[in-house]
Amino acid sequence: IMCASAKYNTRGPALIPRMKTKHRIYYITLFSIVLLGLIATGMFQFWPHSIESSSDWTVEKHSVHDVPVVKLPADSPIPERGDLSCRMHTCFDVYRCGFNPKNKIKVYIYSLKKYVDEYGTSVSNTISREYNELLTAISDSEFYTDDVNRACLFVPSIDVLNQNALRIKETAQALAQLSRWDRGTNHLLFNMLPGGPPDYNTALDVPRDRALLAGGGFSTWTYRQGYDVSIPVYSPLSGEVDLPERGPGPRRYFILSSQMALHPEYRSELEALQAENGESVLILDKCTNLSDGVPAVRKRCHKNQVFDYPQVLQESTFCVVLRGARLGQAVLSDVLQAGCVPVIIADSYILPFSEVLDWKRASVVIPEEKMPEMYSILQSVPQRQIEEMQRQARWFWEAYFRSMKAIALATLQIINDRIYPYAAISYEEWNDPPAVKWSSVSNPLFLPLIPPQSQGFTAIVLTYDRVESLFRVITEVSKVPSLSKLLVVWNNQNKNPPEDSLWPKIRVPLKVVRTAENKLSNRFFPYDEIETEAVLAIDDDIIMLTSDELQFGYEVWREFPDRLVGYPGRLHLWDHEMNKWKYESEWTNEVSMVLTGAAFYHKYFNYLYTYKMPGDIKNWVDAHMNCEDIAMNFLVANVTGKSVIKVTPRKKFKCPECTAIDGLSLDQTHMVERSECINKFASVFGTMPLKVVEHRADPVLYKDDFPEKLKSFPNIGSL
Amino acid sequence: MQTRKKYIFLTFLASWLLLFFFGGDQLRRFAFFSGRKAEARRNWPRWTDWSLLKSFADPEELQSDGDPSLPSPQERRAARLSVYKNSRCRMETCFDFSRCEKHGFKVFTYPRERDQPLSESYGKILTSIERSRYYTPNPEEACLFILSIDTLDRDHLSGQYVHNVDEKIRGFPLWNGGRNHLIFNLYSGTWPNYTEDLGFDIGQAILAKASFYTESFRPGFDISIPLFSKDHPQRGGERGWLYQDSIPPKKKYLLVFKGKRYLTGIGSGTRNALHHIHNGKDIISLTTCKHGKDWEKHKDTRCDRDNVDYEKFDYQELLHNSTFCIVPRGRRLGSFRFLEALQAACIPVLLSDGWELPFAEAIDWGKAAVVGNERLLLQIPSAVRCIHPERVLAFQQQTQFLWDAYFSSVDKIVHTTLEIIKDRLLPHRSRSRFLWNTLPGGLLALPDFSTHLRDFPFYYLQHGRTLPVPAEHGKLNACPNTYPLPGFFSGSSPSKKFTAFIRAISPASSLSQPILRLIQAVSGSQYCAQILVLWSCEKPPPPSGKWPQTTVPLTIIRARGKLSDRFFPYAAIQTDAVLSLDEHTSLSTSEVDFAFVVWRSFPERIVGFPARSHFWDPEQRRWGYTSKWTNELSIVLTAAAFYHRYYHSLFTEYLPAGLRELVDGLAACEDILMNVLVAAVTKLPPIKVTQRKQHKETVPQQVGCKDGDVGDPPQPGSKAPHPRCSPPAKVKGTAGAAGGRRFSQQQDCLNQLADWFGYMPLVSSQLRLDPVLFKDQVSVLRKKYPRLERP
Repeated sequence: IMCASAKYNTRGPALIPRMKTKHRIYYITLFSIVLLGLIATGMFQFWPHSIESSSDWTVEKHSVHDVPVVKLPADSPIPERGDLSCRMHTCFDVYRCGFNPKNKIKVYIYSLKKYVDEYGTSVSNTISREYNELLTAISDSEFYTDDVNRACLFVPSIDVLNQNALRIKETAQALAQLSRWDRGTNHLLFNMLPGGPPDYNTALDVPRDRALLAGGGFSTWTYRQGYDVSIPVYSPLSGEVDLPERGPGPRRYFILSSQMALHPEYRSELEALQAENGESVLILDKCTNLSDGVPAVRKRCHKNQVFDYPQVLQESTFCVVLRGARLGQAVLSDVLQAGCVPVIIADSYILPFSEVLDWKRASVVIPEEKMPEMYSILQSVPQRQIEEMQRQARWFWEAYFRSMKAIALATLQIINDRIYPYAAISYEEWNDPPAVKWSSVSNPLFLPLIPPQSQGFTAIVLTYDRVESLFRVITEVSKVPSLSKLLVVWNNQNKNPPEDSLWPKIRVPLKVVRTAENKLSNRFFPYDEIETEAVLAIDDDIIMLTSDELQFGYEVWREFPDRLVGYPGRLHLWDHEMNKWKYESEWTNEVSMVLTGAAFYHKYFNYLYTYKMPGDIKNWVDAHMNCEDIAMNFLVANVTGKSVIKVTPRKKFKCPECTAIDGLSLDQTHMVERSECINKFASVFGTMPLKVVEHRADPVLYKDDFPEKLKSFPNIGSL
Repeated sequence: MQTRKKYIFLTFLASWLLLFFFGGDQLRRFAFFSGRKAEARRNWPRWTDWSLLKSFADPEELQSDGDPSLPSPQERRAARLSVYKNSRCRMETCFDFSRCEKHGFKVFTYPRERDQPLSESYGKILTSIERSRYYTPNPEEACLFILSIDTLDRDHLSGQYVHNVDEKIRGFPLWNGGRNHLIFNLYSGTWPNYTEDLGFDIGQAILAKASFYTESFRPGFDISIPLFSKDHPQRGGERGWLYQDSIPPKKKYLLVFKGKRYLTGIGSGTRNALHHIHNGKDIISLTTCKHGKDWEKHKDTRCDRDNVDYEKFDYQELLHNSTFCIVPRGRRLGSFRFLEALQAACIPVLLSDGWELPFAEAIDWGKAAVVGNERLLLQIPSAVRCIHPERVLAFQQQTQFLWDAYFSSVDKIVHTTLEIIKDRLLPHRSRSRFLWNTLPGGLLALPDFSTHLRDFPFYYLQHGRTLPVPAEHGKLNACPNTYPLPGFFSGSSPSKKFTAFIRAISPASSLSQPILRLIQAVSGSQYCAQILVLWSCEKPPPPSGKWPQTTVPLTIIRARGKLSDRFFPYAAIQTDAVLSLDEHTSLSTSEVDFAFVVWRSFPERIVGFPARSHFWDPEQRRWGYTSKWTNELSIVLTAAAFYHRYYHSLFTEYLPAGLRELVDGLAACEDILMNVLVAAVTKLPPIKVTQRKQHKETVPQQVGCKDGDVGDPPQPGSKAPHPRCSPPAKVKGTAGAAGGRRFSQQQDCLNQLADWFGYMPLVSSQLRLDPVLFKDQVSVLRKKYPRLERP
């Protein structure tokens, strides 16, 4: 199987064979004819069909009541009760799912039927609005298939969201006669209100054999970890009421309880809490004297005060979610929507989607026995954490609670992740709100490793035709003890590199790579020849760096392997007058970039530069023949969130002889260009990733009053 | 020649065109769309009357979910206690939380009886607990009890099987039906079924067991631990084998397995199939039939060939040179192979259906291992091939982090178990999954300190990206620390102020000159929020009138007279940064300013002035300590250093009391311990910043230091140190009596700490951080810290 995206270009840019001109014209003509032919074929073959197939997408239009009726004989089989020992590896048939490159399961939905018993009485209510929405969402998703033979998961259209709305035995019989039932294998049932009086089971009572259950209100004893999915109890208010997101921060009440019909014991405990802490605790109940026409669900009362529900939830920092007859409560959804931090008091309750969601970041769970201590427990939560929890709560609602679609897709994704664990969605993706996802930096080299010195580094010299200078650089660099290989990137297509015999003889392997095009980005290509982690990028005119200076740079890189370690530092500044970024060089007290005319960095960043550079930066750099170093600085800072390390006093690379050539005006155009680069890159990255620091790294004993010959790096160079 | 080529080319093109014109329809079916698309795709219908559908529940019913006929919550809880026992135990039904309220989380181990057999591994487990900060010898105080009976090996065919456990535990007055007990087990059941049976009734005890099967696992109650060998080190532990991060992963093999296969019985199915994926190139999967005494009886046709191939490869070599390692089930679900692969940074590919993975309550294994399915073995090669190289690199690093944080020693395994239980006691004061799965790991992030990420020094980068507002720094030379960050991200960098914390030990009742100068210098810093003086003398501190007037608040704290007091997490320290100072330290305001600015870039490290270094003394076979001027440093003295206040909490709460006692008994050892602790947490060296002149203390020390051969320690796995790393010359000196004793105590201290930690955590650095224009030949006016350069 090919994994195109995972493959590397194993070679550097390849050489395109050059053809003679007359042949070229011939081939171009031929090629255009073929191309025209192809387009014509495409038009002919695909165009009419695609119109046709899109017309196929129109769906049947008829009433819910206008569906086939299925009569269930009284003695039709009933599935076994749910098997508590079921796990994915015992009760689930993975062979139905198979390996596919998209790593997506296929879900089939049975068509809607009306089930009646022998006497023609209906087994359950007509499909509910919510279940219809859920099935529509699945049907519109990329999980859906209408081919029962290719399906991995089957969703019956029998609505079991609310156990009280159905007849248990007959519903079970209806399930058992589904065409692919097979003891419920790979069948998924959605249920939000399980159990009923008197014992209120925490899972759906309908016998369902091996079927998976997505249930709201599981307890730890009925939930089959890794098999069932715990889902929220959907609150229809989410669709009705629009509560705009409220910024985090302190709110009028500290604790609020809004549930009606609480058990008197809970209520008295809550009231005790209010008596103790006064105004900051608000305990609401059902309103008794509402005028007609006001929906009772939308109002809550405290003594004679009337509050709008769910709006009142936004007035409190914490909102209590107590268990009722069942463990799962619709109020949890309302509370999250209001950005109120839920205080969950329901022992043994399996929180919605707890398999993937980290509820510690969005809620406080308090054991029922500790209810009297609730106030002090909540007081101990740091304010900054409360703010984060408020944002997190709202994000959970937006992503996983707000609609039946969100609930359905999250459920399917969880099951999908179990079947294709190597393609599973990560913790961060499930849990981080978009703003956090955007702002968080996940350093690809996060493990604190100090690479062994013995590995050494590979020097890469990008050159065009300055052979003499190149040879000097090679000779100089080869004196650095930790150099392990030297790679010359020959960027000149019109000229061959000098013959082997002419190259300086050095103690380490020297390789020459020829490129297909004269591009600046060739210097940052992850050549296979680079066998070390450390790369020293060096220009072919950098001859002023001493061997000690380079060796020290390498040692510093070993201590900071995830950073750019370079010599002259540069700075970006915000120009208030022009309202844009400005590039600044030399004599600043701060540094935010280093020049890559000579810099150490990890080979990983070559890979990133070549394959993961955002936007069109790479092409932009190649087109302008400038700023590849700024692009590299941006890239590294953006992915690691860290600053560069400038080493040694070195401030510029200019050789003493060439100062006269670079006039002041040339300098200024240069600065303007560089500033433009910074502005361009900042807009592509959508942020300014560069970090400003005020330090540079010197050897421990630099300029200390100590015998020079005892210093490791006595000859550290000058400005 | 040319013409021929042309014709071949033309023919090729023509045939291609023809194919496309006439075979297009077929092509389209196979390559571009599924053939079924031509037919109507039957979606879920859009009902004409969908808007009339009723909700699944009446809104009132949803909002008031109560039933007055139900028993009261208290009754229900009581009823639950009697129903959910033994195999249905949960913390709320089988664990007595009240035992942990008064004295906190304390662990008691039953006294060891002499005549009782004790395996090496169980001995290590007990030692770990007894050395830990949770240990109590008093059962009255205990929250958790550990048996002294060795329950690790419950295979009754094994020599270490302890008989009559039931009888023995029934005799323990503390047993109480197993309530609040923790039982460790590595092997349960025996041939042929290897059931989960332990051979005695554990009752309501929590079971920490290797090879846990999900079905018998009581979620939120039991703990799955890894299988470890009897040679697993007590503490410290070997480091992982990942020395370089290469992309693409430069390993010789993609996927390897080498091990036994069972010809019959439980677990044989998976292992017998492993040879199918062997391709002899990048996938090596070798099995041998040689196993047990009577393997020849059951041998199949492949056996001879397999046995020959098997000998061609070395297990260790495969482990070192492969990106992925298959970790299939054995007779039991877990195997030694799992930890071996983890340590080797060989990403485990688990083929062990129904295995409750080790510490899965805390660890997110999806980040470090590929959880395969025994039934889908043949898909494994393609699945691992499709994992992107960046992800492979992340996986590899995560294996190393997990190995080092939770598995590399018995101490770590035991502590992880205890911390998971402790987290259950106070759910609101427990670690989020994020803390467990991010460096430096759950054991080093104390939820008692805070549950908020930004209060720790480790997680600033997690929210490190700033808004696209150019808030960086206003104008040239503006200090980057004074600009206000947008509110949302304000927490993403450490606080902008520090607390100066001065330890005063001089017995004089009047204030000496150095401390006055120091207070003046420090209070002059724009970043200083407050000054705390830790008064460690017997005599009472001078009255407040005698202290100098400062612009920042100055508070005096009386110490209790112990050396480790200076790292006590005093409530008065409110800023992230602490500047720890000795009264004799001499610093200027600009030194303090610069060091603080540097610290803000490295909040997880110690950033300070006077430095020391350690070295391995091959002659004496022990660690050496030197205060000579060397080219390297690994310790920054806390007589003048910035660090995060969290380290005070770690020092006082994380380290076992025994270690602090050790420090209290030796001179100048607390500095070293702090450095060792921070290095053990960060795996990074401290940072030295430039200092105007050498720290006072170093002057006598420089003479007083013992001569020692300064060289690098023999690090396992690394080559001989580069000649530059060791100072080029031996400096002989004569030791002053007092300095000498102090010095040898420091040396002792270093060695005892290395022994306690099980390895030498200190890391050396060869650099010093200076201001960007430090000692450069430019106008003083340009420099931000010109005073640093004055002689």
